Order: sequence, then structure tokens, then C-alpha cells
Amino acid sequence: MIVNQFLVLAALLFSIGIYGVLVRRNAVLVLLSIELMLTGVNINLVAFGQYIQDAFLAGQVFALFVITVAAAEVGIGLAIVVLIFRNRASANVDELDLLKW
Amino acid sequence: MVMLATLFALGEQTGHEVAQLSDGGVLAQWAWLIPVVPLVLMFAIVFFGKRLPMKGWELAEGAMLFVAVYGVALFAMNANEGINYEGSIEIARIGSFTLEWGWVVDGLSIMMYAVVGVVGLAVFTYAKGYMKGDIRYTWFFAAFTMFAGAMLVLVSAPNLIQLIVGWELVGLASYLLIGHYWEDHANNAAATKAFLVNKIADVGLFVGVIIIGVTVGSFRFTDILNAVADGDSALAQVAFWGGLALFIGAMGKSAQFPFHVWLPDAMAGPTPVSSLMHAATMVTAGVYLVGRMFPLYQTDGFAIDVKAIMIVVGALTLFLTGLIALVQDDIKKVLAYSTLSQLGYMTVAMGAGAYTAGLFHLFTHAFFKGLLFLAAGSVIHAVHSNNMSDMGGLRKFMPWTYRTFLIGSLALAGIFPLAGFWSKDEILASLSFDSSHDGGTLAMVVLVVAIAGAFITAFYMARAVYLTFFGEYKGHGHPHESPRVMTYPLIGLGVLSIVAGFANIPGVFTGFTQWLAARPQVMGDHHAEAINFALAGIGLAVALLGIAAGTRLWKRDAATQQARDTFRIPVLYPVLANKYYIDDLYMKGVVGPIKGPIARFTNWTNTYVIDSVVNAFGAVSVFLSRIVYQGMDQRGIDLAINAVGSATGEAGDALRYTTSGKIQEYAAALFAGAVLLVVGFLILT
Amino acid sequence: MDWFENGWGLSLIVFLPLVGATLVLLLPRKQERVAKVTALFFAFASFAAAVYAAVTFDLDSSASFQFGTDQSWIAAIGSRFHIGIDGISLPLLVLSTLITLLCIVYSWNHWPEPHNPKGFLVLMLVLATGMNGTFVALDLVLFFIFFELVLLPMYFMIGIWGDRTKIRLPGFKREVETRLYASIKFFLFTLFGSAFMLLGFLALYFKSDPHTFDMVALAQAGQMGAFAGAFGGWVFAALFVGFAVKVPMWPLHTWLPDAHTAAPTVGSVLLAAILLKLGAYGFIRISLPILPEQAQDWAPAIAILAVIAIIYGSLACLAQTDMKRLIAFSSVGHMGFVMLGIATLTDIGINAAVIGMVAHGLITGLLFFLAGSMQHRYHTREMSRLGGTMKLMPVLGGLLAFTAMASLGLPGLAGFWGEFMALLGSFNPLDGLSLTVFRTAMVVGAVGTVLTAGYLLWMLQKVNLGEPPAEWAGKEWHDADKFELAAWIPLVIAIFAIGVFPKIIFGATDGAVVNLIRSAFGG
Repeated sequence: MIVNQFLVLAALLFSIGIYGVLVRRNAVLVLLSIELMLTGVNINLVAFGQYIQDAFLAGQVFALFVITVAAAEVGIGLAIVVLIFRNRASANVDELDLLKW
Repeated sequence: MVMLATLFALGEQTGHEVAQLSDGGVLAQWAWLIPVVPLVLMFAIVFFGKRLPMKGWELAEGAMLFVAVYGVALFAMNANEGINYEGSIEIARIGSFTLEWGWVVDGLSIMMYAVVGVVGLAVFTYAKGYMKGDIRYTWFFAAFTMFAGAMLVLVSAPNLIQLIVGWELVGLASYLLIGHYWEDHANNAAATKAFLVNKIADVGLFVGVIIIGVTVGSFRFTDILNAVADGDSALAQVAFWGGLALFIGAMGKSAQFPFHVWLPDAMAGPTPVSSLMHAATMVTAGVYLVGRMFPLYQTDGFAIDVKAIMIVVGALTLFLTGLIALVQDDIKKVLAYSTLSQLGYMTVAMGAGAYTAGLFHLFTHAFFKGLLFLAAGSVIHAVHSNNMSDMGGLRKFMPWTYRTFLIGSLALAGIFPLAGFWSKDEILASLSFDSSHDGGTLAMVVLVVAIAGAFITAFYMARAVYLTFFGEYKGHGHPHESPRVMTYPLIGLGVLSIVAGFANIPGVFTGFTQWLAARPQVMGDHHAEAINFALAGIGLAVALLGIAAGTRLWKRDAATQQARDTFRIPVLYPVLANKYYIDDLYMKGVVGPIKGPIARFTNWTNTYVIDSVVNAFGAVSVFLSRIVYQGMDQRGIDLAINAVGSATGEAGDALRYTTSGKIQEYAAALFAGAVLLVVGFLILT
Repeated sequence: MDWFENGWGLSLIVFLPLVGATLVLLLPRKQERVAKVTALFFAFASFAAAVYAAVTFDLDSSASFQFGTDQSWIAAIGSRFHIGIDGISLPLLVLSTLITLLCIVYSWNHWPEPHNPKGFLVLMLVLATGMNGTFVALDLVLFFIFFELVLLPMYFMIGIWGDRTKIRLPGFKREVETRLYASIKFFLFTLFGSAFMLLGFLALYFKSDPHTFDMVALAQAGQMGAFAGAFGGWVFAALFVGFAVKVPMWPLHTWLPDAHTAAPTVGSVLLAAILLKLGAYGFIRISLPILPEQAQDWAPAIAILAVIAIIYGSLACLAQTDMKRLIAFSSVGHMGFVMLGIATLTDIGINAAVIGMVAHGLITGLLFFLAGSMQHRYHTREMSRLGGTMKLMPVLGGLLAFTAMASLGLPGLAGFWGEFMALLGSFNPLDGLSLTVFRTAMVVGAVGTVLTAGYLLWMLQKVNLGEPPAEWAGKEWHDADKFELAAWIPLVIAIFAIGVFPKIIFGATDGAVVNLIRSAFGG
């Protein structure tokens, strides 16, 4: 089995995700970009899992874990974004510097 | 008759056998009550005194009555059969050491019980009148009872640890009593000075007790003195330093030169306090300690070298302080300096190896010095001033005070046949004996000093008597004789001052010698077997000469009411002047310098040299403490610690700007870091 | 009562205060009275159990650990719940429970600001558990946990209820509140020492064979020479730092005056009376038996530091103007005597150290109570402004005079024995120790007693005697109230009783100390 195309796809998805996280201002889009990065990772996990013919299917199992965690994370993240939007009428990441010194 | 014949045999005899002693029976077994009763009653006075009809005085008086009766009973029994008893209970055990509370009933301590009890009884009775209306009447008697009780703890101690306990408690009680009128800071300062000077000397006591106790392996006097008797070699090695350190402790309490500075200041307390302190309870402690440890100093190979120091210190004290008494105007200070001088005699006697003589002088001195202070207090009570320049002519107003003061003065001056004559003569005889044995030239010199001291004593006492009781009254108000509660104790002590000396007349009645010898060890001292008429004559003559000189100098002034206390102009050459110009020479050449420049110089030295050393210690301590505290502690050590904290804080200040609060910056940094790690990893592999 | 002797008794003494703390914590904040009664009840129960233990304690075998138990606890590292008391820890345990009880009694109507009795009581009870636990622990991990447990409550006591005066420190730019500075300094200083102590504990664990944290087993191993050589030296040094900070020994003492001065009254009392004892207790319980050889190497150094502390503390006292700070510095000197006693490595010296600790706990505790009550009335601690307290408040002044006399080592009161016996011990230290060093130390220490007397008399003269200054004239003064007296009179009685009859302490300690010396040093 050839693993290269999967890895290229995963790398592309991950890079797009990084781009989104670093550049987009809308918090929702930042969260979506994070999801993209996670997807890239998931593809890698499944691809490698299949590639090494793991008896315990660790790659696939890990991918499922990541999907679950990602769902939970998006849930909390969106809830925070909604609350911030209600309080500040903006979901712009640039304006959120509550943690500043 | 054979006994009498041997007693009359002339000459000196060194050492004596340990007599067969009785154990004292029930009386000795219950003697622990002697220190305990005053201390318990002290608490009773503190807690219930104010509610009693006489405000607690009755309890204090009861305590002293108990001690006096018990002490005298023991005294009589000791005179009869000789008692040696020691009881103790263990209060702690540490490894091989045992700490004990005990009571010792032997000749020496019985003598002290009796003296403290009898003098204490007189003083406490007197104090009822003297302290009438005092702001802290009840408290005064509580502290006073504690003073006596502490001294009894000291005297009854069968071991050095308990001795220290009593020793320090005496110091505490004196602190409380000297500072009785603490509203005035001068009195506090005097109290503090007394406590601290004693405490400094106590360093010596502590060190000495530790050296001797640890070396012997026991703090009991019996064990230590038995070790001396057995020639214990370990003890012999440290005996000099241990004995010297103990003596330094004794010098503090007995106010020996150069520790004597506290005693005159201690006059800040009420007069009954001075009386008890000088007669029975405090200053005698040092002499008592030396007497208690006497064989250590007397036995060859042990602390025998300390005796030379002892005799020198005693001689310095007796001479220098006697001179100071000549220029004092405060009647209590005259007496205070005379106490110092007499304590010098006792120390000299101890240094000359005369156990009996030293303690005999302690015994007689207790009565007449107690008497003198009480009489002086009576005068002060009447004229409301301590200064003799406010007195004069009181003979007519206060006949009983006058008579008793006169008896006390004559006894102190050593006039035959009053108490002081016998004891002082005994000391002179011991010195003379010592000079022909171990003491050598030094003892001879000290003998001369002691005789000179006798002259000075008579001289200043004559002065005090004349200035106070003769001439015309110079003060204000109307002096009157004190109430009976004050004069009766005076009379009682006056009688004792007359008869106490008969307790030991060499060759005739040597009771006191035997009473004191009722101890388990041989003291190894020497005592006169017969009166040395030559020395006694010299002593008496010198004393009479002193009185004569005093009379010559002040009687006339007192009568004419002129220049009653002018030392600076020698005015002493009328009657014999035309016949004996030699008198003139003596006056100008001897008396003048002595009472003028020399005495003043001594006084000056006392104030400006010795006192200033004491003060300098304080100043240096304060100075050092400033350096240590502000310099090292606050600037040095603390600075280093604060600098560590400060550096951490400053670093945080500088770095906190990296937290911008922008999530995307953080994320960028995160990815950059990851990339860097990957690149680094690739390069390395 | 078998259950009492099988470890339950000690566990009750240690953990009853903790139970009390939990209950008080659950109470609503407004129920002050219930909170106070609860705290008092649990403190009293703990004290009563300690007294019962002391009464039933077998004095004839005070060298062996009694009332103990040895249960499996953290099996993974071989740490066990091993507790027990011998003659050395018994007096300190009773002292600790007594002082806690008295502190709660005193607090009844003396709450420091901000007013929050609930929080204060909880902290006091947690502190009690830590202190009691340290004295019964026979396992190094257990010991360490209790030792550290003490830190937190004290940190909050000082930090929240402490002195709010602003001070400017050398080396700092800003002004800071005394309480904050002092609490942080206290915490960090002690933690710094504890870190080294923990390292030492771990080193002992890994060196011992089989690995164990058990003090008794380690002591046996140590006396067989298991920790000889350079290894032991490093371990001793680490333990030394840990304990010396807590004692505190010169020059690691600078947290003490600040912490004492800043702490609320009860905090100062607990700090002086018990916390300082933990360090010296650690030396006796851990350092000496486990590392006897190194103890002999270090003894002269400890003696020298102790003597420096005696003189230094007294001199620093003479320079103080603040009454509480003076008392705080006096602790440096008094603990110097305790350490001098320990350094002699003799039965006399260590007995002296234990009685010195108990006496210092009683006396300095009482002094801080009195200083606190005076500050409560005068609203100042500057001695130059005080004077004539004997006239304004005779009971308070009289107690201060009594306690000062006890503190300067007056025979017949508790302070004398520790001081005098320490000097006594240093005349003849353990064979092989330098006589020159120790005998010099004895003389210098004896001179220290003069300085001690000097500053205490000076303090009395300033605070107690003389006429009251004009600024206090015409004001109404309340002498000691019943709660204050209830807290103080037991201390006065104890000071007096131990002074007159020291067997109360020596009777318990002597057997244990002699056994310790014999097994560790063969002396």
C-alpha cells in the first residue's frame, strides 16, 4: 500500500488549518481551522495504522478518540464564543486580550 | 578543771577533731519548715494580705517569729550537743546527677538561721511602724518575707544548686525592695544596678559551681568537702579556678571591691530593707558561701592560692570603703560604706584561714549593723531627711534612738566589751597568726591595714554620732521619739550588740568556735586559744584613738554649730597644739590627707573610675548592639535575602510583556517553536 | 483502655483538632459562638487525651516508644503510619496541646482584624494537628508532612491578620505591608530549609537497606555505621539546614523577628511556643540518632553558632524600641541555649534542651500574650511611649514582671533549668569533643545570661516602672479580663511548678535521653 498520497493530503489539510488559525480573525473560523488540523492528524493516524498493520488497530482507535475530544472541544469553544459575542458584540480574536499582562 | 587548764594554755592550735555530733532529732528533721514557712506566707500575704486586719504584716511577723524561735531553739540545742543533720528530697535525676531540695542543719547554718530569725524579727517589728501609711504596705511585707525566705533557702542548702536558687532569689527580692518606690526612675536604676552587678558576679558563681560540681560528680557540699578531705586529684586540678570563680560570685553578693558599687546605691530602698540586707540576708551570703566551702580554700593542694586573692580583696575593700564613709553626708551611706568595710574584715579573715573569726564577725556585725540602720531609720523617720546636715542635737528629742545608736556605734568601733571588740580582735589575732605561718608578709601588711581600718571605723562613727545627735537641731519640723514598735526592736538589738561578743572569748569561753565546728568535716582553721593582749590592746587603742580624733574634730564644731562638716580646712589643732606640735603634724600630715584628698580621691575613683567602667560596659553593649543590629543584621544579612526576592521580581517585570493576551500570537509562537524543534532534530540526526 | 494505647490515643490527640477544624468549616460564618465552643471542645479533648497519655505513660521505660502503632500506609514507597511517643516527645506534645487550648481561650474576645473567628479557628486547629503530628511521627514521610502542614496556617495567620504597617526594606523600591513581607519571608525561609531536609530524607531512604523511612530502623542502621563517611556528612548538612532554619539558629534567624512582630498575638504565641521547638526536636529525634558520627563532627560548629546566637540575640534585644520585637529577638538567645545543650551530646545537655524548650514555650508564649494585650490597650508597642504599667494595670504589669523574671532564668522558675543545665553540660561535653570550644562556650554563655538579665530589666524599667507618661493620663484602663487570666494562669502555674519541681519534665525525659546517648554515642 502506498501511504504517500494520504500523507500529502494530511499535510495540506494541516497547513490550511495552521493558516486559518494564525490569520483569520473570526473566532468561529479559528475553531473551524483547528478542526481542519485535527482532521489532518486523523488521516495520518488512520493511514499509518493501516500501513503498519497494527494488530490492536491503535491508529484507528486514536482517531476515534481525537474525533470525540474534538467534538467536545468545539462544543465548549463555541459556547465561549457565543458568550463573548453576547458580551462584546464581536467575535474578533484580535480584540480578546483579557490575558494581557 | 583540766578542761579549763587546757583552755587557758597559751598559743594557737591548728585544726580540731570532728566532734561526736547528734542528728538533732525531730527538731532537725522538721527544719525544712524554716525556709518554707516564710515563702508560703509570702504567697499568703500576696493573695490575702490586704484583707487582713493588719494588712499582711501579721503574717510576715509570724513567719519571722517562727524562724527566730526555731533558729534559737536549734541554736541552744547545737550549743548543748552539736548538731549535724542533712535531709533532702530528690527533685530530678539527670543521668548520673541528682538534683535535690534539702535542708542542712549544722553549726554554720544554725548560726545563720538564728541570726536571720532574730534580726529579721526585730526589723519586721520595726518596719510595722516605719512603713506605716506606705502606698504598697502589703506588697512590701510580701517582698520582705520573700527576702528572708530566700536567704533561708540559701542557708539551708545542702548542695550548690539549691544555693544558687536561694542566691538568685535573694537578688530578686533585693531588686523588688530597692526599687520599692519605682515611680522614681532613680530608684529603678539603683535596683537594676544591684541586680546586674550581682548577676555579673554570678557568672563566676555559675562557672565555679559547674567546675566543682561536674568534677566531683555531685553538687552536695558533703561530697565535695569529702573529696577535698580525701585529696581527690581530679578536683585538685581544677580547684584553683573553681574556687576563684566561686569567690568571684561571693564578691558580688558580699559587695567586695570592685563589685561593691551596688551596695551604696541600694540605699534607695526603705530603711528596714537596708537594715536586713546589711545585717543578715544579703551581703552575708558571700561570706557564708566561703565559710561553707572553707576546707576547699584551706586544704593544701586545693584552692589555697585563692586565699591570697581573698585577703587582698578584703583588705582593699575594708580600707578604701572605710575612707569613703568619712565624707558622706547621708547617714545611711555612712553606714553602707561601713558595712562594706566590715565585710572586708570578714573576707580578710577568711583569706587568713580564720573560719571562726570571719563568721564570728558576721554574727556580731549582724546585730550592731542591724541596730545602726534601724536607729538611723528612726532618725530619718523623725526628721524626714537622710542628710546629717539636717540633723543635729537629736539626743534630747530621741533618747532611746540616741542610746541604741551609740551602743551600735561603739560596738562597731570595737570598744571593749561590746560585740565588735571581740570579733574584730579575733580577726586581728588570726591575721597575726597567719603572718607567722602561711600568710607571711602579705598577712602582716593586711594586719596593719586592718588596724588602720579599725581607726577609720571609729573615726567615722564618732563623726556620725556627733553630727546626728549633738549640737543644735538644723532641720525643719519637730523631731520626736519614734513609737514603741520601733524603739523596742532597737533596744532588743542593742542588748544583743552588747552581749553577742561574749559568745567567744578566747581562753574563757569558746562556745562559738565549737558551735560553728559542728560540721561533718574538719574546717582546718586556726583560732585563738587565749586572748592576745597585745593585739587586743592595739585594736582597742586604735579604736579609742579614732573616737578621740572624731570627738576632737566634730564635738567642738557640733557644739559651736560652725562648719560642722568642713573637711577641707583642717581645724584640728587647739588643745594639744601648744604642747605637742606633733599633733599638728599628725593632723595635717595624716588625718588631713586621709579625710581630705585621699578619701575624696577614693570617692572620686569610686564614682569616676569604677562606676564609669560599669557604665562603659553598658555603653559599649548598646553601641555594639547598634552595629550588630543595624549594620550586620538589617543591612548585611537581610539585604542579601531581600536582594534575591527583588531580583526575581525584577525579572518577572521585564518578561511579562511577552504575554500580549493575543491567542494567535501565542499560537504562532507555538508553531514556530515546533518548527524549530523539527529543524533542530533534523540537523542533529 | 487497650485501644488508647494501641495508637488510637495518639491518633485522637493528633486528628481531633482536624475534625474540629472540619466541623467549624461547615458551620455558617455567623454562628460565631457555636464555632468557638466547637473549637474549644476539640482543643480541650485533644489536651485531655494528651494529659491522659502523660498520666498513664510508663515513666520507667520512657526510652521506648509507647502508645504507638505501625500501620501500612503508602506501600509503594514503604512509608508507614508509624507513630509513638517516648519521654522526649511527651512533654512537647502536652505543651503543644495546652498552648493550643489556651490560645483558643484567649481568642474568645480578642479577635484580630479583619474579624473572622471562623477562619481563624480553623487555621488554629489545623496548626494544632500539624504540631501534634510532628511530635508523634516516627516515619520520615509522616514527619515531613506534619512539619510542612504547620506552614500554611501560620502563613495565612500572619498574612491575613498580621500587622498592616507599611515598611520600606533595604533593597526594595516600594513600600510593603509588614504582614505580607513577614508571611512571605517566613514561608520561603522555612520552605528553603525543608527542601534540603526532604533531600536528606530521600538520601537516607535510598541508602538504607532495605529501603525504609522508619526512624527507628534508620537509627539502628545509623548506629551500626550504615551512613558513615562523606555521604552521612552531606545528609547531616541537609538536615541541619532544614532544622536550623526552624529553630532558628544564627545566621538563619532573620525571619523570626519579622514573623513574630507581624503575627497576630495568638500567632506569635504559637510560633514562639511550639513552632520553634519543631527544629530542635528534629535534631534530637532525627539527626542525632541516625547520624551519630556526623553529629560529633558538627557539634563544635553548632555550639559556636549557638553561643553566637546567645550573645547576638541579647545585643540585638538591647537595640530594640519595639516591645514585641524585643521578645522575638530574645527567642534567638534562648534557643541558643537549647542548641548549646544539644551540641554537647551529653545526657545533661539534651535534658537541658528539652526542659529549655518546654520552659521557653511557656515563658515566651506568656510574654507574647502579655505584649499582645498591652498593644490591645495602648495601641502601640513603642517602649519609649510606655511606662508605669504597674500603676495603670497592676495585674498585667505584675504578670509581665513575673514572666520577665522567668525569662531571665531566675531559679525557682522554669527558665533556670534549661539555661543552667546547658552550661553545665558544656563543661564536660561528650568524650572526644573539643574541651576548649565547649568550655569557652560555657563562659560566654554565662556572660550571655548577664546580657539577658540586662535587656529584660531594661524592658521592665521602660514598660512597667516609673510614672505613666502624660499621654496616658486620664484614660480608663481595663486590667486583665477573665479570659486573659484563664489563658495565662495555667502558664504561670506551669512555669512555677517546673521551676520548683523539674522532675515533672526530667522524670519523663531522662530515661529516653540516657538511652539515646548510650545507643548513639556509647556515652
